[in-house]
Amino acid sequence: MKLALISDIHANRQALQACLAHARQQGVDQLAFLGDLVGYGADPVAVLDEVMNCAAQGAWVLLGNHDEMALSPPSSQGADASVGSQSAQWTHDQLNASHRAFLAKLPLTWSHEGLLLVHASADQPATWRYVDGEGAAGRCLDQALAQQQGPHVLVGHVHHQTLYYRGTGRQLMRFEPTPGTPVPIPLHRPMVGCVGSCGQPRDGDPRAMYAVVDRTRQKMTFHRVPYNHAEAAAAIRQANLPEYFAQRLERGR
Amino acid sequence: MKLLNPGHLIDGFEIEACLHAGGMAHIYQVDYAPSEDGTRRAAEFPMAMKIPRMTASDGAENIVSFEIELQILSELKGPHVPRFVAAGDLARVPYLVMEYVKGQTLQHIMDKSGALSVTEIATLGAAIARAVHSLHQQNVCHLDLKPANILIRSDGTAVLLDFGLSCHAHHPDLLAEELRKAVGSPVWISPEQVVGVRGDPRSDIFAMGVMLYEMVTQALPFGQPVTAAGMRQRLWMDPPPPRQHRPEVPAWLQEIILRCLEPVAADRYPSASHLAFDLTHPDQVKVTARGQQTQGTGFWTHFKRWLRASGMAYQPSPLPAQQIEQVPIVMVAVPHHEVSDATLYSLREAVARSLGIRPGARLACVTVISPGLTSSTDVEKGETQVHRWHLSRLQQWAQPLDLGGHQTSFHVLESGDVADALLRYAEGNQVNMLIMGAATHGLQLQRVLATVPIKVAMQAPCTVILVKQSLPFERLVGLAETAE
Repeated sequence: MKLALISDIHANRQALQACLAHARQQGVDQLAFLGDLVGYGADPVAVLDEVMNCAAQGAWVLLGNHDEMALSPPSSQGADASVGSQSAQWTHDQLNASHRAFLAKLPLTWSHEGLLLVHASADQPATWRYVDGEGAAGRCLDQALAQQQGPHVLVGHVHHQTLYYRGTGRQLMRFEPTPGTPVPIPLHRPMVGCVGSCGQPRDGDPRAMYAVVDRTRQKMTFHRVPYNHAEAAAAIRQANLPEYFAQRLERGR
Repeated sequence: MKLLNPGHLIDGFEIEACLHAGGMAHIYQVDYAPSEDGTRRAAEFPMAMKIPRMTASDGAENIVSFEIELQILSELKGPHVPRFVAAGDLARVPYLVMEYVKGQTLQHIMDKSGALSVTEIATLGAAIARAVHSLHQQNVCHLDLKPANILIRSDGTAVLLDFGLSCHAHHPDLLAEELRKAVGSPVWISPEQVVGVRGDPRSDIFAMGVMLYEMVTQALPFGQPVTAAGMRQRLWMDPPPPRQHRPEVPAWLQEIILRCLEPVAADRYPSASHLAFDLTHPDQVKVTARGQQTQGTGFWTHFKRWLRASGMAYQPSPLPAQQIEQVPIVMVAVPHHEVSDATLYSLREAVARSLGIRPGARLACVTVISPGLTSSTDVEKGETQVHRWHLSRLQQWAQPLDLGGHQTSFHVLESGDVADALLRYAEGNQVNMLIMGAATHGLQLQRVLATVPIKVAMQAPCTVILVKQSLPFERLVGLAETAE
């Protein structure tokens, strides 16, 4: 089985389409969306329609914090509202009943033959903890293993591509993958993989991120896919969403 | 895992003779197992199966080296590693099937023949360096090079074995740890590996230095340390110069060996191809005091270095392939007849530009003469004179270049086929970039034959820069006239 892991699309239709096309070329036979389908971006409807269509054909879809926020936008508005919650209300208003029903039914985790998929961390998934270092990755892995899940945990939420692995020591080690180059992920070796963000990269490179796991060859490849980010940024401006959302797509920050 | 009997079947392979029963693994010759109808798939080449003695149930640590070898070997290509065939699931039946390469280990050659001649050592050393370079180009550092892990085929080429301690720049390094410790074989381990830095291609250069030293002197430069402190000696200690063991060792060979054994990685050869180059061109080795000395370094010098070494830190290095890309071998083909000054000038400019952005590059200036040019009546005398004349011409040509810091050498090749001679030289010396004139080497035949530059550009194993003459004197004259 070849599995594509797409996370943090953030209502970026252009990035999603580029990653899906790239995944099809790779011969992927299973899609998994690791949450944060919406929020920030200008195309929540188009993105949800596409993801719902994929889900109908067997794709796995998880809930992210921005999806939860779009279902029930935080009441606080104005000065103390976070940038995320500002757009949550807007997103909420774009969605129709079927979109909301779809989001409301999404699970927090998905487990499949040694793989555990979760949006943020297996360490209390509903509290959206960031896997942003060896320590957090270790806690994520420990929780997964304690529940007899994993040993491969794949997450989104942090918008960076990183692989945490266990070598000869007890501590997890951090590994920065080279895009497009397969990394061995043997079934017996515990790992936590951050697949990066499809629709809002934040490492200074505007190309979309996603990852492919080849279960047969036991390899994982982190990909960077160029897409029309200018069009995605223009759509954000068109929708009168904060200018900052558009700029960060252009700069990849 | 206990020894398997011939006829035993594992995942479609049939065990034949046991080739080696070591402490870590058993190695068997294998063939494809017969299928149900009795027919057997023909193997493309002889195959060997390596089965670790430990299994995953003995604890993940024991099997880590095997896991590393399996992952790295399955990615490696080329004639300098055994071809990968198949691997078993580590958790279920760990095994690795690869090409069974026929040849003798360097250890065997050294044990059997005792003292090798200087020529034999240089030839073996160059073959090993070429194999190591091919590994570095694929972003892998071996990190456990030793005579038992190197196989010499009957054609003289080297094959590297045992990647259990190797490091692939694109794989998570399973042997890296928070608490850095030395990973390697104590006799051949590099100073940076002693302090736990893994992944520098120059660590392999150090191990090659130890092996060359061994071959030349039949002694070990740093002995066989058994303690961590013993291994740390190489961070500050110069080994006794080979000429102290064997006075007839030529200075150029000692220069090469001691350069490989420099404690600081940046003082060693920057890439294995540079090492191979020197081993195949003894007359071009720049011999320094290091090559001449016959006495070891004195106590006080060592004492001072020992103090400094206590705080020595080694930086992790960039990707091996990138690192060796920074120090290319640049070759320039300088024609010697029917060539305009403007072309020679443009060639020089192109070389200056190419070297200017690559401080560690080395330059090989090559000219090809036809065999007919040397006198047939007094062959030997004629050859020397003609060669000397061409060498001095090459040196004159290179004079205006600022070659400070760039090792430069000059070569006269004799061949009836210029393109072929250039191609063979580029391939044999793992040249990274070849610079030549776009319209030289047989200009008048251009319309009739595929010219030399075209043939070279199409078949070269490296980047080729075809230089057009950049001084259009005729046009300059024309411009001057119109201006008046």
